[in-house]
Amino acid sequence: MARFEVIAPVAERWDRLPRAVRAVALLALLVLLVILPHLKIPVLNTPDSDFATVLFYPVGIYVLVALGLNVVVGEAGLLDLGYVAFFAVGGYSMGLLGNRVHWPFFLILPVGIALSMLAGVILGGPTLRLRGDYLAIVTLGFGEIVHLVARNTDSIGGPRGVSPIPHPPNFNLFGYHVRFGILDPKPYYYLLLAMIVLTIVVVSNLKRSRVGRAWTAIREDEDAAELMGVPTFRFKLWAFAIGAGIGGAAGVMYTSKVISISPDNFIFQLSILFLAAVVLGGSGNIPGVILGAAVVAYLPERFRSFAQYRIMVFGAALVVMMIFRPQGLLPSRRRAKELLEPEPGGGMGTLGGETGVEMAPRPEAESAP
Amino acid sequence: MPDGAQPGQSGASPLLELDNVQVHYGKVEALKGISFNVNEGEIVTLIGANGAGKTTTLKTISGVRPLTRGHIRFQGQDIGAVPPHRRVEMGISQAPEGRGIFPGMTVRENLDMGAYARRGKARAGLAEELAAVYVLFPRLQERASQMAGTLSGGEQQMLAIGRALMSKPKVLLLDEPSMGLAPKLVAQIFSIITEINKQGTTVLLVEQNAAQALQRASRAYVLEVGKVVMAGPAADLLDNQAVRAAYLGGDIAGDDGNGATSGHSGSGGSGGSGGS
Repeated sequence: MARFEVIAPVAERWDRLPRAVRAVALLALLVLLVILPHLKIPVLNTPDSDFATVLFYPVGIYVLVALGLNVVVGEAGLLDLGYVAFFAVGGYSMGLLGNRVHWPFFLILPVGIALSMLAGVILGGPTLRLRGDYLAIVTLGFGEIVHLVARNTDSIGGPRGVSPIPHPPNFNLFGYHVRFGILDPKPYYYLLLAMIVLTIVVVSNLKRSRVGRAWTAIREDEDAAELMGVPTFRFKLWAFAIGAGIGGAAGVMYTSKVISISPDNFIFQLSILFLAAVVLGGSGNIPGVILGAAVVAYLPERFRSFAQYRIMVFGAALVVMMIFRPQGLLPSRRRAKELLEPEPGGGMGTLGGETGVEMAPRPEAESAP
Repeated sequence: MPDGAQPGQSGASPLLELDNVQVHYGKVEALKGISFNVNEGEIVTLIGANGAGKTTTLKTISGVRPLTRGHIRFQGQDIGAVPPHRRVEMGISQAPEGRGIFPGMTVRENLDMGAYARRGKARAGLAEELAAVYVLFPRLQERASQMAGTLSGGEQQMLAIGRALMSKPKVLLLDEPSMGLAPKLVAQIFSIITEINKQGTTVLLVEQNAAQALQRASRAYVLEVGKVVMAGPAADLLDNQAVRAAYLGGDIAGDDGNGATSGHSGSGGSGGSGGS
């Protein structure tokens, strides 16, 4: 338990800082992120691949995806093992609408988000009555279905996928010519950064709203939430849709740079890495989730020189981190308390929760003398 | 509907009425056709052993358990198909078994969640409700900014009841409020329930601590494996031989073949009787 206290004072001290100081600090952080692709920091750099490219993918994309998955897993407490499906829906929206219909990027982006949200509702509608592990299995299946459909449908490219895929249009911004080409990853990085900032604003406002309080209540005790008058099913569906929309946005963004996609860009392993990012960083805490995603995405790139051993080293690092900080790098204070409380049934990670166990009628014989 | 012959006070239709309610968990029939009613202003208690269906009955009233057959009427309106969150808005509020507080929220946030169903105009007077809850449970005010998961068992029970009151219910459903509490706290909780009732809230109380429940209630129903086997004024049941033998730890020597033998309380071990 002493471990919780390592980070909690930092968060509390941050809360106590004057508003102006916090604003300046955030602004400084933003400036750092803007100049980051131009910096050559010795240790932080990736010696075997272009640093700015790594900042876009995997790091930036993972951060955006993790922000979306955090709505589902961290806020509403719904375990999703097939989140890559929404990333894929966004990716294929960009690929197909760009390649076949020649829509411009800035039209495809909202359409891709809408389609991903629709996919979230299609998945959630029939399955969100399930809880905990059962829901996790269904989402896992959904991820596989999307992957297999993409692989086996020739009209959307089958196993070969879609190519070529157009880039976002070039434009002038304050006299600076922004060119989305093949070589320079920076414009993509900045566009992604803008999307991440926007997502953070939206998600953290949602978190503080009536919707956010409903999610917290559902996560902590779904039955009790229902008894308080929270329409739990509707809010779980919203969590799925919003999470899916953000995942879809990341898919559109990713695909707009890579020229070609195939079903193998959207494999199950990604779902697990996304989930690892959320849990490792601190499920339910936005700064934590961002940090987790950055770490999960960055480490394998940093240690590319270890060749195939890098994944093994990465796995070992994950295991060690989960042993010493099971609550995540920057845990949410709420979640830390929830971890201490045995769940009465239903929440993430309980087998079945309530499945009629309570009501097994007592056999007559049991009435002892 | 005016049905006449209601055993409670006044001739009006009951506030809450269950009519031949059946509930299944898969193939297991948990409630085998339960009928009872609760009139405005009463404390009604359901007593019975583990597995008798008490908790299921409350869950069915609050709507988290669907009923397979029968009717639930609230203020004369059939609410069998009304979703649970709408029932809260109508005035049915429950403090769930095992407290069901939100551990990662503060005491104050928990109380605010209790008022979640109140929107717009209904939020007027919220401050008074909060003040009233703090008067009933001064401890909650002291702990307002503390995480609810760190409260003691008794405090959590207080919070669960206080939270249920925040929706300003017409009927308050209490599921085993005495479970797992020390005898002194049990007495305190029960006197608070009486106080809540005096202030105008109808109470439906499910209890294994039959002695306390019967002393506080105006009427009682005895549940046994999904059926109502006995009903009447609480005082009468308190004197009833069979009830005494089965639920009050009275002399079992009589064993008057009433079938009421599966009592002897169960887990949780509430205060009062030591063992059977």
